[in-house]
Amino acid sequence: MSTAILDLPEEEYIMPGTRTCAGCGLPIAYRYILKALGPKTIMTHPACCLTILHGIYPKTPIAINAVNNTFASTAASATGLAAGLKATGRNDFTVLAMAGDGGTFDMGIQALSGAAERGTDIIYVCYDNEAYMNTGVQRSSATPSGAMTTTTPFIPKEQPKKDFVQIMEAHHLPYLATACSAYPGDVYNKFLKAREIKGTRFIHLAVPCPPGWGFPTKDTVKLGRLSVETGVVVLYEVVRGALQLTGKSLSMARSGRKKPVEDYLKIQGRFKKMTAEQIADFQRQVDERWEQLMARAEF
Amino acid sequence: MGQTLILTGNQTAALAAKLCRVQVIAAYPITPQSKIPEVLSEYVEKGELPAEFVRVESEHSAMGVCISASMVGARVFTATAANGLAYMHEQLHWAAGARLPIVMPVTNRGLGAPWTILNDMQDSIAQRDTGWMQFYCLNNQEILDQTILAYRTAEALLVPIMVCFDGFRLSHTMMPVEIPSQDEVDAFLPPYRLPYTIDAQNPVNINPVVMTDPLPDPAGELAPSYMGFRRRLQEAHESALPVIARLGREFGEIFGRSYEDSLYRYRNEDADFLFLTMGSLSSEASDTVDILRDEGVRAGVIGLRVFRPFPAHQLASAVSGVKGIAVVEKAISYGYEGALATELKAALFSANGLRPVVTNYVVGLGGKDVKPTDLLEAARDTLTQVDGASRHEHPKWLGSGV
Ligand SMILES: Cc1ncc(C[n+]2csc(CCOP(=O)(O)OP(=O)(O)O)c2C)c(N)n1
Ligand code: SF4
Ligand SMILES: [Mg+2]
Repeated sequence: MSTAILDLPEEEYIMPGTRTCAGCGLPIAYRYILKALGPKTIMTHPACCLTILHGIYPKTPIAINAVNNTFASTAASATGLAAGLKATGRNDFTVLAMAGDGGTFDMGIQALSGAAERGTDIIYVCYDNEAYMNTGVQRSSATPSGAMTTTTPFIPKEQPKKDFVQIMEAHHLPYLATACSAYPGDVYNKFLKAREIKGTRFIHLAVPCPPGWGFPTKDTVKLGRLSVETGVVVLYEVVRGALQLTGKSLSMARSGRKKPVEDYLKIQGRFKKMTAEQIADFQRQVDERWEQLMARAEF
Repeated sequence: MGQTLILTGNQTAALAAKLCRVQVIAAYPITPQSKIPEVLSEYVEKGELPAEFVRVESEHSAMGVCISASMVGARVFTATAANGLAYMHEQLHWAAGARLPIVMPVTNRGLGAPWTILNDMQDSIAQRDTGWMQFYCLNNQEILDQTILAYRTAEALLVPIMVCFDGFRLSHTMMPVEIPSQDEVDAFLPPYRLPYTIDAQNPVNINPVVMTDPLPDPAGELAPSYMGFRRRLQEAHESALPVIARLGREFGEIFGRSYEDSLYRYRNEDADFLFLTMGSLSSEASDTVDILRDEGVRAGVIGLRVFRPFPAHQLASAVSGVKGIAVVEKAISYGYEGALATELKAALFSANGLRPVVTNYVVGLGGKDVKPTDLLEAARDTLTQVDGASRHEHPKWLGSGV
């Protein structure tokens, strides 16, 4: 299933003039997420760059119902919205939870794991810009090895990125997907699909961040595409355990062509201290994961 | 028609929640509260209570679920104690700041370290400044009554309320409780109505970032700043005591037990010595007062049912003419004294000219039994000071052993 650009709904749920940085990857994807989910959506989010996107009281550029919650409790908040709406007889809302990598990989993991294990009827999106951006680019467990952040200022992060999607797979979810904001059509399709499924649906969304990663604001889409073209980000969905590649990752699997990770790493300031050896190691990790996913997708 | 049942405090709290027709329950077990969610699970699974029961993975999430469910208009319920309450701390501020009428029993228990599962009031007293109202119960009947009252009050003022009662001493002790009929409770407590709407046509952005100065809304009207919101919460508390009194009287008209008075009073009319306490200590102090009266001491008890908002005026006038007040507490604000002692002194200071001897006794921490001899010692010690002997500055610890 795929949607042509012309077939996308014309309604906009994010008005122009959000407060994100120039070149932010987040509103690109968020726009299509909301187009896919439609106006009968109520969303909840913790403190993160999305809070900034949602604006400052009493104005907001967002034209759906939204709730703010504390940093660790996005999935609990979504659970409460779902339970409260159900208990008061309003079953027509889609409950969307959306948090950053910090609010998901780190502090939000307990509430999310609890909600997912209970099969709570929510869509949970982790938009991953690979650090605590809102507080000034500190390291998170989603920060890849080799990246400099403000809390790994001289010695780039040594540990690899946490494989959070695998943790979520261990929760037996009815729908799980990865996406990248450089491919809005793929984002749109996945949310359209997720909307029709009951239970906890989890989507990992890769979101390039110009100030946090150190690249020019004009290159957000290019960066996102390179992340996929090099296999650093792989686009797929897992429906009841069956994995299928989607979009660019699917065509890469078919063609067998994958760019070297260096193409992606070298245009970002955060990786500028990586040695040739570290880059080779990064390449090995990416190749290994790529092979595992190809095998699961039966390529 | 109602009936009288013999119930533990925990069973009473669960039954009260059912009578209040709570719609979303999210709870996590902690001794001595665990029986409350267990009983509620039974009600829900047997189909006696049509509520969503979320078996959350933590107290932080329990309150997180309650917050968001309340935001969309459900009547919500949770219960906790001690470390569970402390774990909620961030969420407690959020619930009050968001003006959500959440009601939560707290089965008062001491906090670790070191571990104790037994009773004191350090847990809820430490949450004094979260913006929640706090009711304290003397016995199991009050647990039932104050829970029903709490929902009505919380929904009238949009302020969450803790209904605190002593772990084990009430939570696990059976007492006769008069149970009103569902119709009577329904008459007193109508369904909760959200003061705004959640609909797709008029979306709202709830609790976003707020600036230090008021900003204009799209219509050009100034909207509150952060301090504006905080002040409104304080104003709700300031307006609450008359509301609590009015609803307490109305409660009495329907159920025959009035809660118009925020204070429990025992033999205090002609007293020149008073115990000031909260929770089940008030009944222990009452027994001690009988002993003192037999000895010819004009003693009485004032017990606080409402700690936040603080009934300062009522308290100051209730103790006027009294020569000595022993504030007996199961909590301490380390580095100073018990919070209730501090509050009483502040109330007396504001009430101008009242200078009775006020003493402070820390008792019963971590479940330590409070014996009548302890309370008699507190009374005698206070009376000696009334007679002009030396005063002690710091709170005295009774029963702490080595
Ligand atoms: C309990 C708590 N601790 C710390 C914070 C401070 N804080 C606000 S946003 C944030 C970082 C968010 O990072 P992430 O979730 O990755 O989202 P991003 O800002 O990168 O979009 C932190 C640490 C907080 N709000 N609450
Ligand atoms: S810091 Fe990054 S993620 Fe946050 S708003 Fe700016 S560009 Fe977007
Ligand atoms: Mg982040």
